[in-house]
Formats: sequence, structure tokens, C-alpha cells
Amino acid sequence: MTTTTQPKIPADRRPSPDAASPRGGGQRVDLARLGARQIVLELRQFARSREQVMFTILFPVIMMVIFGSIFDAEIGAGVTYTQYFVSGMIASGLMVTGFQALAIQIPIERDRGVLKRYRSTPMPRSVYFIGKVGMVVVLAVAQVVLLLAVAVPFFDVSLPATGARWFTLAWVILLGTTACTLTGIVFSSLPKTSRSATAIVTPVALVLQFISGVFFVFTQLPSWMQQVAALFPLKWMCQGMRAVFLPDAYGAQEPAGGYELGRVALVLAIWCVLGLVLCLATFRWTRRQDG
Amino acid sequence: MDTVTATVDPDVAIAVRGLRKTYGDVIAVAGLDLTVQRGEIFALLGPNGAGKTTTVEILEGHRQRDAGEVLVLGQDPARPDPAWRSRVGIVLQGTGEFEELRVGEVVEHFARFYPNAADPDEVIDRVGLGAKRRALTHTLSGGQRRRLDVALGIIGRPELLFLDEPTTGFDPEARRDFWDLIRTLASDGTTILLTTHYLGEAEELADRVGVIAGGRMVTVAPPSELGGRAEQDATVSWVGPDGPKSVRTATPTQLVAKLQAEFGGEVPRLTVTRPTLEDVYLGLIGHDRHGLAGHDLSGHDREEMTGPDASPSRRGRRPVRSTRGSA
Repeated sequence: MTTTTQPKIPADRRPSPDAASPRGGGQRVDLARLGARQIVLELRQFARSREQVMFTILFPVIMMVIFGSIFDAEIGAGVTYTQYFVSGMIASGLMVTGFQALAIQIPIERDRGVLKRYRSTPMPRSVYFIGKVGMVVVLAVAQVVLLLAVAVPFFDVSLPATGARWFTLAWVILLGTTACTLTGIVFSSLPKTSRSATAIVTPVALVLQFISGVFFVFTQLPSWMQQVAALFPLKWMCQGMRAVFLPDAYGAQEPAGGYELGRVALVLAIWCVLGLVLCLATFRWTRRQDG
Repeated sequence: MDTVTATVDPDVAIAVRGLRKTYGDVIAVAGLDLTVQRGEIFALLGPNGAGKTTTVEILEGHRQRDAGEVLVLGQDPARPDPAWRSRVGIVLQGTGEFEELRVGEVVEHFARFYPNAADPDEVIDRVGLGAKRRALTHTLSGGQRRRLDVALGIIGRPELLFLDEPTTGFDPEARRDFWDLIRTLASDGTTILLTTHYLGEAEELADRVGVIAGGRMVTVAPPSELGGRAEQDATVSWVGPDGPKSVRTATPTQLVAKLQAEFGGEVPRLTVTRPTLEDVYLGLIGHDRHGLAGHDLSGHDREEMTGPDASPSRRGRRPVRSTRGSA
């Protein structure tokens, strides 16, 4: 371009031709590298936040120790309540990490303007979600390891005995965590402010735990409650975990007379798809009052 | 094709015509026009609720408009893409506070989002946070957090920088330092659009000032000429034999020469003043409040907006037609 005299701007402050041309428009952003960095950043923030570590990681362990120590009656097929509860608590821990933590954390970031600031940069939107999902997966695995580290020596739970069971554990963690993470992100757009987020999210998580067979043996719940619970992922995650940690014989005690792994996978996959669609359609980068 | 797109001028950083935005029944922006040249520091002044932040957020791509034509660096900010974002720096009103991260970590992290980022350490030094590199962001003072905001706004070496009330809460010394930083950025060729409540800040920094009231641009002018300030009568004051005297005159130089002759040298406690920017500004937004919305002013304004470019008389060049906007 030809440089012309600017009216009120001193000559030394004229933009150079270089500055006037678009820069970096064609450069490809390395999504994988940015995503990995975002996961590290999220984990670093998480690890430095004591309340979050307590709430997300240690709370399920504490609950497991309390309930596991109080009730240890046999509930059928040589399975104790403790064993049943531990498998439910592992599923429940995944939900707390994915659903509850994100549904509370994202509104806080939105209120603080962190999300708006990310939107001000050329960062691809997906990097933010990769960061959250990656953080949740790492935390979920850490959570399962920690719960098993307590449950195996103290609560008569044994590690999966066969490769098939390990495989089940892996996909239940993967599908369950993904479903919970995505619905957590969907939920994060509901509360008006971060202060109301806890009030909205905590009861939802708690009610699901009560009706999905975490605190109570599922088959002992009224059938209408079982049907309601069957609409949500947690019930199926608990069932999947029982297939991993309880003897095959106990499967006969399940409502359908078996662990129904195919249906577990199907329901969780449907929740993943539903969560993803809703997440993309409803996510807000700015506070509601910002319009 | 809309008319703004049709006349993209590579020397224009921001072109806005007839911008409108309503929230329910409230009209926040009511047909606003604005042109900002590349390399310019442009200050938006206006009372709270005048539509400044709404306007700026529409330009930043953070808010959708109801009507009007807007081009920022040749693109419509309603559809921001990463390439455009990498050319625009934004310092939002209110800080985006990161939990549990250090200053250096945040700046380095954000640097990776840009294709042509500045050196994080250099930027941290530049905004005066060198000593706070390892401090957790939530331990910073209000002014220091604002500097971190600025660091994140300039880390991508933007061509255009938005600063929404950047020095609110600064002490005078910090404000001076900040002004120096803005001048340095401008001298590197960065276009700056600034909103502020501080008239002194606008006067100190801006090449041109736009006053917004009631969602409209009331006037646009260099700070020294705002509201016909330069042409208004000056007040000459001195202390004569009978005590202090003040005279308003259109010809202060003549009066001073006369006084010099009378006193045979120094005139005791001589001052020559023009209306301050604040006097003029309050007059401008006062007009609007009384429903008189200075038709003479907006007329002047429109003339400036619809010319071949913002100030045709002084540019001496033909309007450039370019296809960059649609490229």
C-alpha cells in the first residue's frame, strides 16, 4: 500500500505496511498442543485449589469409609452391602468429578470473566472444552485408583479378575465420565450466577445418588423410583461398576436378571450424544446479564 | 452489499454507521456513527449508561448488534474468526480473574494462542509487573490486576487494541506509567480505542475524542477543539492596582500586549485560560440531557463521518477502494 500523510498522527506513529496487513491468518493452530497445554493448566489450577481437591477427590473416599464401615450385612449371592456400596461410590465419584465439579466451576469462571477473556483470543473454542474433559478424565482415573486403594485392603473388594472386566471398567469410566462431563457443561449454563450454581447442582447430584443405587440397594427402591433413575446415567454407571466388581452370580439380583452391559453402553452413549448437542447449542461465554 | 463494505479503506481501522442495540425497551445505542483511523488513539467519552461499553463490546465481537454497519479491521465483528481475533487486543472492563495461577503462567499460556505473540517476559516487564512474575494472580492489587489485563490484551501484538476504562482505580503515578505504555504502543503503530471517565486521560492520550450521550455520537474532535473549545473566548486574569481582574475576550493576545504596555513589563499573576475539557464535556452531555441534542454538533459530526474519509480537508488523498473486506 502507498503510505500517505495521516492527519493528526505523527509520522512515527503511522502503521507500517506490515502492521496493516493481516498477520497469521493462514497459520494453523496446533489443536492437540493447545489442548494438552489447556489440560495441564486446568490440572494445575485444580491441584492448587484445596477446596476443590477436598470436595471432588476426598469426599467420595470419606463417604465410602463411613458407609462401608457402618453397614456390612450380606445382601445376597455372597455380596456384602460394603462391596455393593463401594462399586456405587466409584460410579458416583465419576459423576461428582464430571458433572458436579464442572457445573459449579464453569459458572464461577463465567462470572469472573475468564470465559470472556478466552473468547477475546484466537483460541479455538474447543480448546477450552478439551481442557475440561482432559482434566476430568485424569481426575476420574485418579479417583478410581484412590477409592480402590482404600476399598481393596479394607472393604473386601477385589480388583477385576479378568481382562474382560478390566475392559468393562475402562469403557464404563470413559463413557460415564464423558456423559457426566458434557451434562455438567450443559448444566453450567443454567444458573444465573455462580452463587446459585451450588444450590442448583448439589441437590440434583444428591438425589441421583439416592435413587440410582449408590446409598441403597437399587432393587430395594420402589419401582417408580427405579424407572425415574433409569432415565439418568448414574444408575447405568453403577450397574456397569457392579458388573466389574461383584460376582457374576449377583447379576441375577439385578432388576433385569443380569448386568445388561449392552444397555449400559447404549444409554451412556445416548447421554454423550445428547450432552454434546445441548452443550454446543446452549453454552454461554458471557454472563446472562451481559446479553 | 452494504455501503461500508463497498468502501473499505485500508487506512480505516473501525467504521461504524447507524449502529443500534436495544435491551428490551431500553435503547442502549441509537444510530451511532464512528470512524477510527489506523494508528490513531481514539477516546470514547460519555456518562454511565450512554452506550459506551455496549458499543465497544459490539466492536470487540462480544455482543450482537440489532442494526447498523460495522467493520473492524475490514471484517464484521459479529462473525469473529481466529485470524481476526489474533489482530485485535481486548482489555475488558473488569478483570477476568484466574484462580491459583501465577502472573507468568497466565501470560505465557495466552501467548500460545497467538500466531505472532510477543515475548511473555518482555510484556510482563512492559506493563510493570516484572517483580510480580511469580505472584498468584489473586494476590495482586486492583491496579496490578489491570496491568495483567493489559498484558493479556497486548500479548498477541494486536493491530487494534480496545481499552475499556483501563485506569479505573489507578493511583496518579500508576496512571502516568500507564499512559506512557499506551503512547509507546501507539508509536509502534497500534490503533487504540479507549473508553474512559477521566477527561484528563482523554486529553492526555487521544488524537480524537468522541462524546457519546443517549446512545448517539454527540461530537467528534481533537481534545483541544472539542465543542469549538479552541474558538471560544479566552479569559485573561491578572492582579491590577485595584485587585484581581478578569476579562473574557476573543483577542487575548491583544489584551496581554496592552497590559504589558500598561504595566511596563511583567503583568502580575497573569493567566490566559480557555474552557477546560470538563466544561465543554459537561456542556455537551448537558445539552443532550435537556433534549437539545446539539443538532449543530451532530450535523458537524455527520459531515465528518460521511466524507470520503474521516477528515478529508487534511488528508489530501483520494478515497481508496479496496477488496480487502470481502477477501
